[in-house]
Amino acid sequence: MIDKTVPSLADAVQEIHDGATVMVGGFGEAGSPVELIHALIDQGASYLTVINNNTGSGEVGLAALINAGRVKKMICSYPRSQNSTVFPDLYRSNKIELELVPQGTLAERIRAGGAGIPGFYTPASVGTPLADGKELRSFEGKDYVLEHGLRADFALLKAKCADRYGNLIYNKTARNFSPLMAMAGSTTIVQVAEIVHAGGIDPEHVITPGIFVQKVVRVPNPAHESQLVRDGVTYP
Amino acid sequence: MTSANTGLDREQMAQRVALDIPDGSYVNLGIGIPELIAKYVPEGREFIYHTENGLLGMGPSPEEGQGEPELINAGKRQVTALPGAAYFHHADSFSMIRGGHLDLCVLGALQVAKNGDLANWSTGGPDAIPAVGGAMDLVAGVKQIFVVTQHCTKKGEPKLLDACTFPLTGVGVVSRIYTDLAVIDVTPEGLRVVELSPGLDFAYVQERTGTELLPAATKS
Repeated sequence: MIDKTVPSLADAVQEIHDGATVMVGGFGEAGSPVELIHALIDQGASYLTVINNNTGSGEVGLAALINAGRVKKMICSYPRSQNSTVFPDLYRSNKIELELVPQGTLAERIRAGGAGIPGFYTPASVGTPLADGKELRSFEGKDYVLEHGLRADFALLKAKCADRYGNLIYNKTARNFSPLMAMAGSTTIVQVAEIVHAGGIDPEHVITPGIFVQKVVRVPNPAHESQLVRDGVTYP
Repeated sequence: MTSANTGLDREQMAQRVALDIPDGSYVNLGIGIPELIAKYVPEGREFIYHTENGLLGMGPSPEEGQGEPELINAGKRQVTALPGAAYFHHADSFSMIRGGHLDLCVLGALQVAKNGDLANWSTGGPDAIPAVGGAMDLVAGVKQIFVVTQHCTKKGEPKLLDACTFPLTGVGVVSRIYTDLAVIDVTPEGLRVVELSPGLDFAYVQERTGTELLPAATKS
């Protein structure tokens, strides 16, 4: 019988190894798998390359992982936030690498990686410093830049609801990068607020089909970063 | 604030932009003054707002205490979803952008050049944390790009220039610029003043501009 549910957060992140590339779902706090990230901090893996749109807020979740010195390199589009200086401080002291990618290019690179497409041409960034050193090609008189698909050893995601097959539905704008990362992660690990019986999600409403998901762990009342930051919580 | 009595304020600038948006437009609004435009939809028109983090049909900010941490806009502020809204993932969202499905994007600017080059993501300074977000995808893909910005920086330096000195967001992408002092079109001949803000004359605006302005085309 297929059952992708695992009993604990520690079980969920157990295999993540030093030097792994880890995609982390979320745009700002929406969709950020805070509990999985905290479990990863407890687990101890280091020298990680992390792919996320941002670099976290406060000193919880992704910002806490970065603050704990576990991240060697960030691949993201917007490594600034109003309430966290964790990434900027490390970046200015050359303690973390940054690969800055336009947001739509980041999304498409992840989608392409998961879809078995090694590269694609996009008009975004042509004529800017972010296209420096990249192959340009003209189609019908307009220039495009070559970008490469992205894959990861692991994807850590948050969804609203799953069944034992790993079919997922999300909550509002918490969906963002997660369906793409689910495809691009070799091992995709999802925390969900609710696990329903097979058939409990209408097949017409499945957003991420379970084939893209390897592990599901239930976190019934996930924390919101903004609330943690307001409460002055830091992790660990 | 010596210039507070001349030109439009932020709200008036947003209101002025809204007048030029056709009924039925699909619109993406950047952070800052562009966000204010949503308050000034002219009567009888309907605009549908796209936010690149995965919502079409974005509504205004929620009442105090009614917001949801997972219903936010690209500026990470809590918003609402209007009846008829749709959620989608980031690849779909940027397909709407890059695929030319959005009619208009209104962005802020650090600098705009006379040929429509836009710089709005980084000053390129050694201590700056580079952060681009979706700006490069938006200017590359949305059918029309408007800029709304103060005419000059807080230090009084012009933002409209012969050529940008900051790193570019896109090349030749801006079609119209709304400032506190004027509405200006980017044309093959250069920047052409379409409209001066009330009480201002052409010379006043030219003095505060880092490139030669062309006067409004006279009607024959």
